[in-house]
Amino acid sequence: MTVHSFQEHFDSLIDNDIAIEPKDWMPDDYRKTLIRQISQHAHSEIIGMLPEGNWITRAPSLRRKAVLLAKVQDEAGHGLYLYSAAETLGVSRDELYDQLHSGKAKYSSIFNYPTLTWADMGAIGWLVDGAAIMNQVPLCRTSYGPYARAMVRVCKEESFHQRQGFEIMLTLAKGTEVQKKMAQDAFNRWWWPSLMMFGPPDAESPHTAQSVRWRIKRLTNDELRQKFVDVTVEQAKVLGLDIPDKDLKWNEARGHFDFGAINWEEFKNVVKGNGPCNKQRLDTRRKAWEEGQWVRDAAQAHAQKRKEKMASAA
Amino acid sequence: MEKEITNKNEWPLWEVFIRSKAGLDHKHAGSLHASDAEMAIENARDVYTRRMEGVSIWVVESKNIHASDPGDASSLYEPATDKIYRHPTFYNLPDEVKYM
Amino acid sequence: MQSNTNSESPSSISAEARLEYTLQLADDALIIGHRLSEWCGHGPILEQDIALTNTALDHLGRARSLYQYAAEQFNNLPADAKSKFFTSIALQQLIASGSSIGEDDLASLRDGWDYRNALLLEQPNIDWAYTVARSFFYDSFNFLYFKQLSVSTDATLAAIAAKSLKEVTYHLRWSKEWVIRLGDGTEESHSRMQTAVNDLWMYTGELLSPNNTAQQTGVDSAALKQPWTDIITDVFKEADLKLPAGTWMQEGGRNGRHTEHLGYILAELQFMQRAYPGMEW
Repeated sequence: MTVHSFQEHFDSLIDNDIAIEPKDWMPDDYRKTLIRQISQHAHSEIIGMLPEGNWITRAPSLRRKAVLLAKVQDEAGHGLYLYSAAETLGVSRDELYDQLHSGKAKYSSIFNYPTLTWADMGAIGWLVDGAAIMNQVPLCRTSYGPYARAMVRVCKEESFHQRQGFEIMLTLAKGTEVQKKMAQDAFNRWWWPSLMMFGPPDAESPHTAQSVRWRIKRLTNDELRQKFVDVTVEQAKVLGLDIPDKDLKWNEARGHFDFGAINWEEFKNVVKGNGPCNKQRLDTRRKAWEEGQWVRDAAQAHAQKRKEKMASAA
Repeated sequence: MEKEITNKNEWPLWEVFIRSKAGLDHKHAGSLHASDAEMAIENARDVYTRRMEGVSIWVVESKNIHASDPGDASSLYEPATDKIYRHPTFYNLPDEVKYM
Repeated sequence: MQSNTNSESPSSISAEARLEYTLQLADDALIIGHRLSEWCGHGPILEQDIALTNTALDHLGRARSLYQYAAEQFNNLPADAKSKFFTSIALQQLIASGSSIGEDDLASLRDGWDYRNALLLEQPNIDWAYTVARSFFYDSFNFLYFKQLSVSTDATLAAIAAKSLKEVTYHLRWSKEWVIRLGDGTEESHSRMQTAVNDLWMYTGELLSPNNTAQQTGVDSAALKQPWTDIITDVFKEADLKLPAGTWMQEGGRNGRHTEHLGYILAELQFMQRAYPGMEW
């Protein structure tokens, strides 16, 4: 086949919702876009372990501690599944780590915000995981097979994450005055960054159109954001929390909630590295990776020695 | 693999196959890194069976998997499409004949 | 405390002694689980981050079963014995109010001197070698110990031990393999592993120190010494590590006399319950 017919074949697979698999021909840009998107997603899982991991040793009960530990561990698992999916595109996990550690790669900037109280565990589970699930469920049908399969696994495991977060919030909301205050304070801090998680508005999102065409993305940023607001406002009512947005109101004509302007200046700055925890998060990851080098080397060296021993014994 | 990844510091990549319960085939679950086969099995246990997904694990180093070329798909798989006589529905049986 | 040492029957053990012993087992599980959980998000490679967290969750799960059993025992004590058992103000207040106590009260409201975990388990992670050495010393002990505990005359402890034994068998497999990998890996890993082993060695004796209640319910700690030493010796041989020559052993954890590290662990572990007393989470 000529390049032209490769392209036609690829397009027809996409149009017919047939999955692209690792050994199939694919346009370079498709491969690059996928590597970028999957690895950003993987990095987000790994960096995302840190703000919550922060509270594992301080969880208020043994039950909460076990749940949080299992949840943060799941995020490690999700990172692993996603790195594996990226690896099928011909890039190594080490290369992707280098991109993260050097600051070249991006990750979800919500994790550059601090976790200040226990209620943040509730808010993250409820809002951040809620937003993530909304992003991720459509990706279970994304065009690249290994990515879609990783996402199916992620979504299956993720389903308890949002529930445990909501349960934490509900317990606080039904609790004492100080617990209610804690819940509202966390909600105030996480609400806007959660809306930013869906990315810039469609008009300013450079990759959206192509990504939707390739079925790497299935819904646009604004569509997902609206869906999230509509669902979450109702849930906040159940919790008896105030939405920190004076412009929020039901729009009968649209059948959706209208909401106030998002501070995209803040978003851009946090993405650029000026968030409260960007440096801290990256430093922590770099440190873990660098301090693990001798461990990884040792395991390699030992495996090699064993192989040689077995060869000489045979 | 699309291209050989040569990063000599990285633990090799393994493909993991899991039997979800006795009587079923091992099915591809995903992949992971491990320094040797023993660790690969343990890592697979820790990564892919946290929710009781398995009763048996196979691992094989990814570089040892040989795959067919998608470019050959038409010559490999399409010749089977006209052999419909291999399927039981090809044959007409009188209604009186049951359980065949 | 009166006890009839002639009888082997469980009823000859005082309720307080049984409770103390249960707490000792629970504290071991909680403290090692806490230490291992500190690795979550900071491991040398994702796969091992996940592996170690599985182990931390096993320990935490066991701690919860044991604290629940301890709480049940405590709540059944006569009022007089209850008021004397714990010395922390927080617990005394709770008990004086007539409330029954639960697993979290035991974990979060006891003062350090009421914690009975072995000193080994509260030692800091430092690096992968220290973590592996600490786990290996404990896992090999636990493996032998839980075999005996699983046939304890105390049915609840026996049941918990029987379940844990499966987990502990895997923990030991993991830590043993890592001792060998690091010991017989690179020059650096070998030297780090040997250093960790040397430094932690003096905390191993306490694991095997005799305990009356254990003895009376069917665990003979002294009899574990030889098989434990055999496991260590065999693995060290394969790992090309030297068995430390030191014979002086640090003890105190079993009596509530700890190293400085426990205070910091409890400061984090108990923070929420102490800062916001009496709330549901």
